[in-house]
Amino acid sequence: MTAHVVRSTRSSRVALALSLAWLVMAASLPFWGEASWMREFTEMSAYFIFAMMWNLLAGYGGMVSIGQQAFFGLGGYTMVALANLAGIDPFVSIALAALLAGLIAVPVSWVAFRLQGGYFAIGTWVIAEVMRLTVANIDAVGGGSGTSLTAFRGMDRTLREHTTYWVALAAVVATLAGVYLFLRSKQGLALQAIRDSEVAAESQGVAVQRTKLAVYVVAAFGGGLAGALYFVSTLRISPDAAFGINWTAFAIFIVVVGGIGRIEGPIIGATLFWLLNKFFADYGTWYQIGLGLLAIVVAVAFRQGLWGWLQQRTGLTLFPTTRWLQPPAQAASDAAPGQP
Amino acid sequence: MLDTLIQGLLLGGLYALFALGLSLMFGVMRLTNIAHGDFIVLAGFAGVLVAGALGGQAWPAALLVIPIAFGLGWLLQRHLLNRTYGRDPLPSLVVTFGLSIVVQNALLEFLSADPRSLPTGGLSTASFALGQTQVGVLPLAIFCVALGCTAALQWLFARTAVGRAFRAVSDDRSIAELMGLDSMRVYALATAVAFALIALAGVLQAMRTTVAPTDGPQLLIYAFEAVIIGGMGSFWGTLIGALVLGVVQQIGFRFDPGWGIWFGHLVFLAMLVVRPQGLFPKTR
Amino acid sequence: MAAAPNLQERPAPAAVIATHGLTASYGDAQALFGIDFQLGENEVVAIIGANGAGKSTFLKCLTGLVPARRESIELHGERIGGLAPNAIVKRGVAMVPEGRRLFPSLSVEENLLMGAFARRPGPWSLERLYALFPILKEKRHHPGTALSGGQQQMVAIGRALMSNPQVLLCDELSLGLAPIVIKEIYDALPAIVAEGMSVVVVEQDVAVAQRVSSRVYCFQEGRVSLVGPSDALSREQISLAYFGV
Repeated sequence: MTAHVVRSTRSSRVALALSLAWLVMAASLPFWGEASWMREFTEMSAYFIFAMMWNLLAGYGGMVSIGQQAFFGLGGYTMVALANLAGIDPFVSIALAALLAGLIAVPVSWVAFRLQGGYFAIGTWVIAEVMRLTVANIDAVGGGSGTSLTAFRGMDRTLREHTTYWVALAAVVATLAGVYLFLRSKQGLALQAIRDSEVAAESQGVAVQRTKLAVYVVAAFGGGLAGALYFVSTLRISPDAAFGINWTAFAIFIVVVGGIGRIEGPIIGATLFWLLNKFFADYGTWYQIGLGLLAIVVAVAFRQGLWGWLQQRTGLTLFPTTRWLQPPAQAASDAAPGQP
Repeated sequence: MLDTLIQGLLLGGLYALFALGLSLMFGVMRLTNIAHGDFIVLAGFAGVLVAGALGGQAWPAALLVIPIAFGLGWLLQRHLLNRTYGRDPLPSLVVTFGLSIVVQNALLEFLSADPRSLPTGGLSTASFALGQTQVGVLPLAIFCVALGCTAALQWLFARTAVGRAFRAVSDDRSIAELMGLDSMRVYALATAVAFALIALAGVLQAMRTTVAPTDGPQLLIYAFEAVIIGGMGSFWGTLIGALVLGVVQQIGFRFDPGWGIWFGHLVFLAMLVVRPQGLFPKTR
Repeated sequence: MAAAPNLQERPAPAAVIATHGLTASYGDAQALFGIDFQLGENEVVAIIGANGAGKSTFLKCLTGLVPARRESIELHGERIGGLAPNAIVKRGVAMVPEGRRLFPSLSVEENLLMGAFARRPGPWSLERLYALFPILKEKRHHPGTALSGGQQQMVAIGRALMSNPQVLLCDELSLGLAPIVIKEIYDALPAIVAEGMSVVVVEQDVAVAQRVSSRVYCFQEGRVSLVGPSDALSREQISLAYFGV
């Protein structure tokens, strides 16, 4: 009698079905929803994609960076430059901007990877600062005070808003699907092995440095995508808005409170963040203090975040990336095997 | 050119004070405090407030703030940061990042975004001529304090029982505990000393220029660049790194006011690429 | 599994260290499965066994580096299982760790001084140590790790002695050392014991273990497989207990 390798649980199949239903509903939003909802969704998707990338980098790759806003801003500015100065369609520019961000990550890594741990984190921040200062000196994109996205002049407003929304939706789905499929793959397994122990992974034949670079590039690509998307929606960019540390701050909050190293975590975290934002953002500094304190408490007392805590209690997995060995007797029934 | 060099060295003195605390915490506990700069700013504001309460005197305020910071650092490490100890760097980074946000916003909430400074009764503008250069009295004093602190830290680590404990715990925590050390208390003491340095730096910064609630990150970056340029593992290295940074920034300022900080970043990045271990790395 | 053959007479009533059914685990992997052990006043007891038998784990339990149940370890009748290492060293149990584990940032003398952090009243001091190991005085300002293996072992022993313990635990003193150096190290043992110390010696080298101790325990896969007087155990008995075949 052989045991079976199982890759999905009942709850994950349910989640897949629900996600598809949600997707259909979301895709139809422009026809029954308000314009402000679409804008809000687009902005939230930028936060979410950026957070997913930070999760990939820190939760799976073991690289804690507080300078990912470098790629967010780079993506935004590249999109604006291509659209305003080169006349390329802004939506196409989003893709090109993401690509460029991914490419730039390679030379950046030559510098950043010289550092480890906490110093790596600050080093990436310095690199983001360098980018901010450099961009603030480029007059073609408005220098220190920034510029507006003019490439949409003449386009019908409703069409622009709808297209932006659909592009955002597609980007979210692509990000989720991409990350999920990657983590389920052999490379994804290698990544988690590296996170758990670089030395052990290397001894098993995993190309540690190459894998870390690949993750860094992918995270940069995603960060650039998020940035370009955000500024296509807001239509105005400036160095402080593009390269601000608040992007990383919010990503950290979303990932840590939601649950690091899991795909469900940032989903929960982003939802929570959106809710908190909706009700409390008006409180300004107190709201930020609250976010900071919440992140501290979670990092100390609930290291696995909300989702991790839930998963430990219930064994629930919606996006399973691991494989379970199902004993022969159980193969007949369709029961969820429990904790991965 | 000499003028640039001298101003750079004096600026570097202040940067050294920013950097010593960071270097200390990392050296003993491998802990990177992202709120480092924000605590410097907090200390500066504390000095301003205490001075205001005491009728405007800067120096008594400074003397009060430093021991308070010492205690605060001890408590912070003992009850919060010690809980983040472990192989994973994430918890300490998230916690100190959260602290950074809390401190900045608390300052904004209770004090407003305006820059404040500590009045020194003319000391901050006093200067004397050295050849063709004007040397500020306060910057020179800060430089001397930085030299003194570096020497004192070096002496503490190399010649005292406390320093031995710091080095032992940083080398091998469990064997140090086998010798009877309580590593959690040693860490608390290390952070307390680091915070005393932070407070000194903050108060002097408030005297020399101004402090504003959002200045923290920039100060952290200066401290960090100084530590990396100088090389991790020795306090004299950190001092030299800070002096180099100060000089490089001054050179940048000479070309264009907007380029000073950028030049510093460039030299930092170049150092990372060319000689990542810094100028004076610890060899053991 | 049958009870371990116990070939000794009834032990002296006042045991310095006694363990009762000591168990220990590293996460999910259990390393010790109920160790009963006694160390008498002024005794030198050896623990032998293959790699992974649990000898080092046992010493780590005694010193608090590995958690244990409170009542499973007694020091002069006081239950010390699970206490923190710094609490145990204050009660007079010091260890010479496996692999020496000197502090690289400290000089020889500073390493020794670290041992004196939890100093108790007693005869051991820097001068006594330098008299016992003269080469250390010569190299006292050198970095601890710049010495030869044997010299480092002397520093590690000295470091443990500086706290004036009543119990000295030695984990694989002979590891990586030439036979002549091993002899030199163990020749110092009688001087240490003469001061009233009780010693546990963990060794892979069975001949050395038998030579320096009065009683031997053999560990096998986390259990005591043999215990008896060092000079009364035959090769066959030890082989059986060591390898289990």
